[in-house]
Amino acid sequence: MSEPQIPIPHCPAPLAAALRVLPLAPLSLSLTMFSRKIARNNPGLFQRLGAYARADFVLDPVDLPIVLCLSPDNGRPKVILTRGRGDGVARISGPLAALLGLVHGAFDGDALFFSRDLVVEGDTGAALALRNAVDDAELDLAQEAAAFAGPFSRPVQQLVALAERQTGLCLTRPEDATIW
Amino acid sequence: MELTVGPSQFFWPAEFWSSFYQDLAQSPVDHVVIGELVCSKRLPFYQDHIPDAISALIAAGKQVALTSLALVTLKRERKLTAELAEMGVMVEVNDLTALAHLPEGTAFTVGPLVNVYNEGTLRWLASRGTRRVCLPPELPLASVETLTRTAGDLGIAVEVWGHGRLPLAISGRCYHARLHGRTKDNCQFACEDDPDGLEVRTRDGKPFMAMNGVQTLSDSYACTDHQIEQLRAIGVSALRLSPQSQEFLRLCALYRKRVDQRLPKGGVAKEIMEKTPDLRLSDGFLTGSCGAAWSGEMIP
Amino acid sequence: MVMEIVCPAGTPAALRAAVKAGAHTVYCGFNDETNARNFPGLNFNRAEMRDAVAFAHRHGSKVLVAINTFPRAGDEAIWHCAVADAESSGVDAVILADLGLLDYTARAHPGLRRHLSVQAAAANADVINFYADTFGVKRVVLPRVLSVPEIAAINAETEVETEVFVFGGLCVMAEGRCSLSSYATGLSPNMNGVCSPASHVDYTEDQGVLDARLGGYLIHRVNKGEPAPYPTLCKGCFTASDKTGHLFEDPVSLNAEQLIPQLQKAGVTALKIEGRQRSKSYVAQVVQNFRAAVDALEAGRSMPEGMLARLSEGQAMTTGAYKKTWR
Repeated sequence: MSEPQIPIPHCPAPLAAALRVLPLAPLSLSLTMFSRKIARNNPGLFQRLGAYARADFVLDPVDLPIVLCLSPDNGRPKVILTRGRGDGVARISGPLAALLGLVHGAFDGDALFFSRDLVVEGDTGAALALRNAVDDAELDLAQEAAAFAGPFSRPVQQLVALAERQTGLCLTRPEDATIW
Repeated sequence: MELTVGPSQFFWPAEFWSSFYQDLAQSPVDHVVIGELVCSKRLPFYQDHIPDAISALIAAGKQVALTSLALVTLKRERKLTAELAEMGVMVEVNDLTALAHLPEGTAFTVGPLVNVYNEGTLRWLASRGTRRVCLPPELPLASVETLTRTAGDLGIAVEVWGHGRLPLAISGRCYHARLHGRTKDNCQFACEDDPDGLEVRTRDGKPFMAMNGVQTLSDSYACTDHQIEQLRAIGVSALRLSPQSQEFLRLCALYRKRVDQRLPKGGVAKEIMEKTPDLRLSDGFLTGSCGAAWSGEMIP
Repeated sequence: MVMEIVCPAGTPAALRAAVKAGAHTVYCGFNDETNARNFPGLNFNRAEMRDAVAFAHRHGSKVLVAINTFPRAGDEAIWHCAVADAESSGVDAVILADLGLLDYTARAHPGLRRHLSVQAAAANADVINFYADTFGVKRVVLPRVLSVPEIAAINAETEVETEVFVFGGLCVMAEGRCSLSSYATGLSPNMNGVCSPASHVDYTEDQGVLDARLGGYLIHRVNKGEPAPYPTLCKGCFTASDKTGHLFEDPVSLNAEQLIPQLQKAGVTALKIEGRQRSKSYVAQVVQNFRAAVDALEAGRSMPEGMLARLSEGQAMTTGAYKKTWR
């Protein structure tokens, strides 16, 4: 039996290069603010985490020189970017494109895991809860970002669309019909 | 507290099977459940010896019940199950199909492979004529206590899995046949080579399960040595000992002494470990964190 | 009559995706131990269930609620409450396994349609008819131990509708009769609604070799680049006598897509897809695929080629017990 692979685009090299030198503190702060906005818009996401609503997660885009430490803190999330390994009860590693695709419901987490495009370490139950909560929330990061940008909403959307075309990364929620 | 001997889970040669039950007639146990539990293909080999075994056990004063199969699918198996009621002894239901064939109002007993997890199920079974229930081995002590209380009100005697490899799963697929590269229909009775099941180890060498045809058992031998006082206190009326090919009569005698308080707590386990140091014991379903856990000293 | 596609939903979003993708029926569970997929982050609270039923009904789909674990002694009220809440949410049926709960539901909620869960492992016509006569069961989900001719034989002898699994995770053991998981972890499908629970899974990767343990037992060891199955006990790699391998079942998943015409001839009413723990992306893809298949069959067209391999565990498929040689 053939083993079809899931085509996962690679993260563009300039982004990785930039993250090697950019100061991470302001970026962390922006992401924290962004995640709080998402939390306000999607309270169900944190309810769904249940016992793990105060657990710390490490998301590791393996094609970037940073990891993202996410503390949901029961609806008042905090994001810290670091160039170290990060610390949390569960670590989910994979190409940035796979992680973004997962958030946007473009990929099935189990399928990515079976193909080893995603690797889970630590508390698998916590990772599963996060995956399921995010899957139910039907997030669209680009739309959230545009809303977050206020008056710059339109240029942000245009920028995202350009970036999506250029990189192949899944930055928006695909229409239901075009999933897969 | 009484002792019940459950049906042998293994495939033994007919002569061995026969002498096992002739000997058992002389052992200090109260109830014996006999017949084929695991695989209907084994039955023709010793079927003709069953009536004699039942007679000998009854003559020795044992209460005898005849078990149903654990999983009834084939036409032949349905017929066998329907005929159980005609054997003239109590039927032990281990698949609900057997109950479907019992005339309403017939008394029956319920084996450990029927899912009796709560009071509602006990009440319903009582309304159908259950006199005696051996609870599923995976129940924790707290559930056993609640169920025993309800069973007392309903006039049902409660047994728990007292000793022996735990029946963990039953399948349509025969693993012994699969191991030998055969299908179930052409199994050539590979399970006969392993009179107590075939040890299954993890890849780093840890003993884990035992293969027995379509059945999967625990590697460890469940042992209630450390819980007998608690079980008696909550009203459990019998321990079920599961037949093994070696030293089973000695085991029965050991448990007899233990439940009659002629042997201290830990005495059964101590003797087993001295005689068979390679064997692993467990009591985790009743009081531990998982079924495989053992409350006594770990065997080095 | 077109065969009914019965599709899983672990979250409200998955339910909406399933309905939009063409599921005739969706099954789901409450977010507690009353259902057999009691996983972290999964399932429906009471309000979500009401909304989900309303959404499905607006789009012409049915909702079944699985209350298919075995109630814990002393705590039956939790399960009774789940049945009552399912009925008041307007669900089309409940899927039950426990004798006591079936008896309770038949007496206390006689108007609520009752399906027999695969967890009851009712594997022949005699026992299925017994459940129908005793508890008024209208449909049975057949255990995954039967071949297609055996399913046909059952349908010839019963009026009860049959539902069979056609896709997803494959239990190699008779469901509802397996304590492998609680033996290794203390948590079981029957009591806790979980099998080989994630909370007891431990992955360690060392120089490209990935070890997957469950409750401390090594279940899988795979090399770099090999597919990584979840450490489900019965699909582990073990050693017995001198043989090492997948002694119980390979890490494969069920795909009976190409058997749909035979299953229809065998008198099967509904085709069930496993996977309430899977994402809405999975649900949408599988449903579209199977809906296309049954629609093609109904219109007399040939069956479309399957596209589902990459969603499968270990990325390999089997037709399971439906073909007799599996045994």
